[in-house]
Amino acid sequence: MAEIRFSGFGGQGIIRCGLISGKALALYDNKHATMTQSFGPEARGSACSSQLVVSEDRVLYPYISIPEILISMSQEAYDKYEPELRDDGILIIDKDLVKAKPPRGKIKTYAIPSTRFAEELGNRIIANLVMLGFFSAITKIASPEAMKKALPGLVPGRFLELNIKAFDKGYEYGKEILKKEKKTKSKK
Amino acid sequence: MKEEDHIEEKNPIETLLRMDRIPHIWCPGCGIGIVVTSFAEALRKSEIDLDKVAVVSGIGCTGRVAGYIKLDSFHTTHGRAVPFATGLKLANPELKVIVFSGDGDIAGIGGNHFIHAARRNMDIMVICVNNFNYAMTGGQVAATTPTGANASTAPYGNFEYPFSLPYLAEASGATYVARWTALHLRRVTKSIQEALTKRGFSFIEVITPCVTLYARRNRLGDGLNLLKYYYEKSEIQHGADTRTLDISYQGKLIVGKFVDKEKPTFLDCMNEHLAKKLGDKYQPYGVNNG
Amino acid sequence: MKKVKADPKGVLTGSHYLDGDYALAEGALAAGCRFFAGYPITPSTETAERFSERIPSVGGVFIQMEDELASISALIGAVWGGKKVMTVTSGPGFSLMMENIGLACMMETPLVIANVQRGGPSTGLPTLTGQQDMMQARWGSHGDYEIIALSPDSPQECFDLTIEAFNLSETFRVPTFVMTDECVGHMHEKVVIPPADKIELVERKWYKGPKDKYLPYKLDKDQIPFMIKAGDDYRFHTTGLTHDERGYPVINAECQDVCVRHLVDKITTNADKIIRTEEEEIDTAEIIVISYGITSRVTTKAVQQARKAGIKVGTIRLITVWPFPEKRIKELAKKVKAFVVPEINYGQIVLEVERCAGGQAPAILVPHCGGGVHDPDDIFSAIKEAAK
Repeated sequence: MAEIRFSGFGGQGIIRCGLISGKALALYDNKHATMTQSFGPEARGSACSSQLVVSEDRVLYPYISIPEILISMSQEAYDKYEPELRDDGILIIDKDLVKAKPPRGKIKTYAIPSTRFAEELGNRIIANLVMLGFFSAITKIASPEAMKKALPGLVPGRFLELNIKAFDKGYEYGKEILKKEKKTKSKK
Repeated sequence: MKEEDHIEEKNPIETLLRMDRIPHIWCPGCGIGIVVTSFAEALRKSEIDLDKVAVVSGIGCTGRVAGYIKLDSFHTTHGRAVPFATGLKLANPELKVIVFSGDGDIAGIGGNHFIHAARRNMDIMVICVNNFNYAMTGGQVAATTPTGANASTAPYGNFEYPFSLPYLAEASGATYVARWTALHLRRVTKSIQEALTKRGFSFIEVITPCVTLYARRNRLGDGLNLLKYYYEKSEIQHGADTRTLDISYQGKLIVGKFVDKEKPTFLDCMNEHLAKKLGDKYQPYGVNNG
Repeated sequence: MKKVKADPKGVLTGSHYLDGDYALAEGALAAGCRFFAGYPITPSTETAERFSERIPSVGGVFIQMEDELASISALIGAVWGGKKVMTVTSGPGFSLMMENIGLACMMETPLVIANVQRGGPSTGLPTLTGQQDMMQARWGSHGDYEIIALSPDSPQECFDLTIEAFNLSETFRVPTFVMTDECVGHMHEKVVIPPADKIELVERKWYKGPKDKYLPYKLDKDQIPFMIKAGDDYRFHTTGLTHDERGYPVINAECQDVCVRHLVDKITTNADKIIRTEEEEIDTAEIIVISYGITSRVTTKAVQQARKAGIKVGTIRLITVWPFPEKRIKELAKKVKAFVVPEINYGQIVLEVERCAGGQAPAILVPHCGGGVHDPDDIFSAIKEAAK
């Protein structure tokens, strides 16, 4: 069971993140995954979010209460949602867009310059895919195979290749970070 | 008298009426029955397949027309004859759908549907019998009551501006617009015949006296005199600018055919547009009367 | 009742990740719905959007009408033109449809309306959930009549129950409602759409006898009159007025008695065939929690807590809300200590439970005025309180 919140500002593809992950988990990773999002004028403000509840069994309560994973792609979203993150949760941020406070409790923070990477790949619009690759590598909740399989229909067909490239970029970066983390741990 | 003799003597329009429902409910001197006769005559003359003609009415005196016409006929709710007809037509495009209702139904409570059906150029005909008031409920003021006329809910006279229905119809997009009085029997018949051959939104307004309520309250006389009064007050101006067709209290009535043009219908537009956008993926709808 | 297989053209066979609103549209297309007239209203609009996107390649019509009055009127017209039809709406639009829901009942017109409920009254909470139209679904139009209402708890059930709604609607020639809510409507989950030949549909009860013998409202053995469509040489009449079997208006008390009794009886006497509920651990239960739609999922969470705490709790999930499982509740009222009824309103279905319980067991409401789902702890507390 995991409760995940993707957050950022409108136009970053935050809802898409929830949809791709939910579809990957529900259709290709054999999990139950319920995705909800905020709607309406209230939701069209600058902080935008989608929520995902993932479980081995049927999801009963559809909303997240105390998420253990928070992905923030904007400062405002981080400021708004960080306080609800579980004490031992995982925080994932775009390091160029979010200035995180000193970590609280046992929260582990992972940062990636997702927007910069996306720009390097040719279009900042795919920053969310870089972030999804990173999320997949760090949390291991959704397999990279499932995530990529979920893309058709959720990203424009002609940009499918580019989106996969962006995902791989984020995924590799995440794996590198975990490797380094492991090394530091073993040194300790 | 033998059965066959009886049939021979039958008025030809009787085959188009539900004779088992006659006598009708309309008052002596009311013009609605005359319009129904013109309608039946138009159907007969047009020689169209009567099994493919459906009549939809709303509520009110004219709303009862659907109940007397021996075709597929629907007596719906107040104001909703036009959207009902829209659904009926779109579901079965081979039908010729005719809305037959009163001014209160079409222009009052159903006004919004009327302008939108005209805007879409929905392929239906609307025959609106205008008697200047809500008659079924006892002569209340309507959207068509001439300024100055009395009505049961305008006991000191109507101080509102009435709709000019042909103007409203044309401005909304109708492709055929005519106005007559009930006594213009042959003209009404001809207009209905013309509209039957047209595709698109046709509108025919027929001015009729409401003898029992509007005329009595306004002391306008009764019976044939009243029918004649409207007839005689009318002036035929085919092609008249619909902006000039306001009806003043007991004033001149400009009648005629004002609009008669061609324009693709809702279904034409839908089929053409979607085929262009979607190519072979598109399943054309109702093209072969499907 | 003739059953046929679904037309593969409308069936999007496979596993999908859809929200409830989209699943409603897919259910309709799978059920053979080829006419949709609607008006945008949050949180139901996505259904209309999906239908408008899909129908051109399936073959049919989507039309956005000028308002909900027009939408429901066009639906009724389209049924008499021979189509299977649906619309979707939410509270304010549902209110606007009420008059002509009555016309559909009176003309015995099969059609499906999905209501993606939001918080009310009035404009209320357009973007947030509610279950506040449950009584309106039953009683909203004037006069005496019966309808059928189903309540899905997931996008999958939005699909499944829309098909069932079409089948019930055709079987009984009655408007049938899919009463879902914003939470389910906007929630994405896995939806499995079976192959077309695994989807069974009830065919409209077409009249096949001699044309001159047709009477639009003459009851068949199963109480349901045969249907025809316009344009087929019957020259029939139908009206919203009280009518006889010819469909002709008859304005008197005797005809009214026959006409109205029929509209009510055709549903009440078939209630056992229509009603579907899901029961769990009822036999040993001291407390029974009755819920429907999204609330039943939250309830399950609370019930798990209660069972852990040693309370004997059973559950009934109402898949069919109307007609109400009156007999079953009456029967259980003699055996249990109390019913607990959580719902996202200030007490609607609880009144029905109370009526059926007839004083034998209390019906305890766990209200939520809308804008979210219950906190499972609130339901748990109510169960604990009831078990004391």
